[in-house]
Amino acid sequence: MDTNQYMGMFLEESREHLQNLNSCVLDLENAPDNLSVLGEIFRSAHTIKGMSATMGFTTIAELTHEMENILDMLRKSQLKATPDIIDAIFKCVDTLEQLVESVATGNESSIDNKPLIARLKALGKGEVVPTATPAPEKVVKDSVEASTITLNETEIGLAKKAQAQGLQVYEVNVYLREGCLLKSARSYMVMNVLDEIGDVIKTIPVVEDLEKEKFDLNFQVVLVSGSDAEKIQQAVLSISEIEKVVVMQYNLPEEVVKTENKQQTPVEQAKPAAVNAPTPTTTPTATTAKNKSGQSVRVDIDKLDALLNLVGELVINKTRLEQIGITHKLTDLVETIEQMDRVTTDLQSVVMKVRMVPVGQVFNRFPRMVRDLSHGLNKEINLIIQGEETELDRTVIDEIGDPLVHLLRNSIDHGIEHPEERQAKGKNPIGDIRLIARHEGNNVIIMVEDDGKGINPDIIRGIAVKKGLITQAEADKMDANEAVKLVFLPGFSTAEVVTDVSGRGVGMDAVKNKIESLGGMVDVETKINEGSKFKIRLPLTLAIIQALLVNVSEEIYAIPLGSIDSTININSSDIKTVQNKEVILLRGQIIPIVRLANVLQVPEVEKSEEEQNQEELFIVIVHIGEQRAGIIVDNLIGQQEIVIKSLGKLLAGIKIIAGATILGNGQVALILDIASLIQ
Amino acid sequence: MAEQTYSDTEMQLVIFKLGREEYGVSILQVQEIKRITDITRVPHTPEYIKGVINLRGSVLPVIDLKKRLNLPPAVSTEDTRIIIVKVQEISVGMIVDAVSEVLTMNQENIDAPDVVAGSISANYLSGVGKLENRLLILLNLEEIIGLGQENVQA
Repeated sequence: MDTNQYMGMFLEESREHLQNLNSCVLDLENAPDNLSVLGEIFRSAHTIKGMSATMGFTTIAELTHEMENILDMLRKSQLKATPDIIDAIFKCVDTLEQLVESVATGNESSIDNKPLIARLKALGKGEVVPTATPAPEKVVKDSVEASTITLNETEIGLAKKAQAQGLQVYEVNVYLREGCLLKSARSYMVMNVLDEIGDVIKTIPVVEDLEKEKFDLNFQVVLVSGSDAEKIQQAVLSISEIEKVVVMQYNLPEEVVKTENKQQTPVEQAKPAAVNAPTPTTTPTATTAKNKSGQSVRVDIDKLDALLNLVGELVINKTRLEQIGITHKLTDLVETIEQMDRVTTDLQSVVMKVRMVPVGQVFNRFPRMVRDLSHGLNKEINLIIQGEETELDRTVIDEIGDPLVHLLRNSIDHGIEHPEERQAKGKNPIGDIRLIARHEGNNVIIMVEDDGKGINPDIIRGIAVKKGLITQAEADKMDANEAVKLVFLPGFSTAEVVTDVSGRGVGMDAVKNKIESLGGMVDVETKINEGSKFKIRLPLTLAIIQALLVNVSEEIYAIPLGSIDSTININSSDIKTVQNKEVILLRGQIIPIVRLANVLQVPEVEKSEEEQNQEELFIVIVHIGEQRAGIIVDNLIGQQEIVIKSLGKLLAGIKIIAGATILGNGQVALILDIASLIQ
Repeated sequence: MAEQTYSDTEMQLVIFKLGREEYGVSILQVQEIKRITDITRVPHTPEYIKGVINLRGSVLPVIDLKKRLNLPPAVSTEDTRIIIVKVQEISVGMIVDAVSEVLTMNQENIDAPDVVAGSISANYLSGVGKLENRLLILLNLEEIIGLGQENVQA
């Protein structure tokens, strides 16, 4: 069977499990004795192993296998989770990440897993009694002949009742064929067959795990049935891809209390946390359920984009129908369309919501990064994450990761001081970095806050002058706030030593550009010796925005409402010139003027006498951050919700156009990029 | 893509007119042919970019092919069409005076472009086809769309 079609799924799930591993191992580092975390790690590793073996990626499978051995020993308390071991596990996760990515790019063999496997083996042997060295898993599994299933009280009750009715209790061990691709489907078919023959009392792992393929190649079922063992075996073997079936009489324990004794045999992979638990029920599934609450479907983002496009189309067509209804005075049609309007509005908001994902998806990878970086720099840092459930459009989520990495690295490298320095200042030697996300109106705010040394405006001024970014005179005029913002200038870097972590002088500039390209803003507040706070403001979504439509001559342009302050009417005589630049005075503030017709090279249209002499001008006052400007337009059409479309690769380079949208009449209108327009 | 079709002995061409000359592009590159619609001018683009149109919900750039090839302009008529072509995953519309037919041409009848460079930059041509007494100019769409060296100015 061709496994290519499962490739995407494999990659995505592997990445997810690796992410999970990363965060769990971090947890484990903080609480080395936490068995449920260990269980979680084990499960993720095991799933990766199973998947990679199925897909034929032996290097990944081998490595996870060794990793599993170590984890198993940790779980059985045969090993202690020393920093050395944690480190080795981290190393494993890193290597696995590389391996998975190399699978994605199609050159698997480039990474050598041998040294790491050797290290794991050495770690495993180092502190363990030789007899306990885990034999290869396959062997263990095949040798499971004695009953390893323990039932809880209710289950025993059921079994006893069945026995009293003259039925038999069987333990059925089902082994799937190696390379079986649809394990869940096979297990489901097995369960169906068994359900027909008798009543299933218990499965190991539990049914949900079977459905999610959280088992290796075999699973066990306790069944009460009137048929004999052979019949059951035949029935199950009739299903394809079943390697072997072992049906045994199940001996009911006399007392429930004795269950503990039965657990000397290797515990099934799928219920790791049950090792020391007296009632071997579903402890591990409980934690799994918590992590993956709710049912979900994996959908390609392209499909969602297509869906959104279609909804946009629908809205446009609806508007057309509306116009037809109005021009031909068809009351029935207009009424029907009103109803349709409600549906399309709902549809639109649902589609938008579907595209929203929690920022936690991006935040997840930061604890590990902060840990590694702070270790490397000999700093102690506590990362506090808040509001990871805040939702943002998927397109924004995909883009926001890099700027946040920059900001965090900056805080770690330049912000937080070394422990001794902190102590000398009377601060807690452990530095705090807060990563906070929250909603604010139609925006999402993400803050990176540290309690480090802050940014000294004088130093910033000095560097900016030295690097020739501003003149001394300009620097002297700036207040502290303005000076600190110089860090966003291209080519600015404050690090005296360029470290591995940051300080290449591209960081902040890149951050600012990225955020602005997402339609957001970044700002910084800082106090010397108290810390700095970088505040990113992002629009909830990039796909649909409110905009003001304006006329310039015959052409229609859209200005995003988010950057509009107000619209005013002025007399042409109100425009003054300062140093040959046109400005107006608005509430005591001098605002530069942009004549849209000139900037957009709008072709001259013959104007009537009346228009020529028109004294009244429409001005849209816009702002980007603190900067304001007035845009002269010919007419204001109105406010409208617009769907943003890209102009495509061919026209991607045009600065003052942010995109296009399709109007109700099917015409294309261009969206102005205010930031580049007023600069 | 172009090389591929040329390696076969026969190729199908969409034939269209610019002024009095006949031109052809491989049918494999043509997505659809559309009547002229509202075109929105895009500022700060090269002159030959006429603007953008709405093609069933997506925004598509349109090239004024005559301007691109330095041919004298003409007013649009009933026959004016936009041919939508796809080159290297980019869809672009091209305004032509009329679309006449689809025909099959044998590879042997296609000459190298340098034979009749004339007013059109040879880069834009991929060959000249002879069919009875007609001459069909085959276009190199990659170059025409500007995917070659030159880029759209910002």
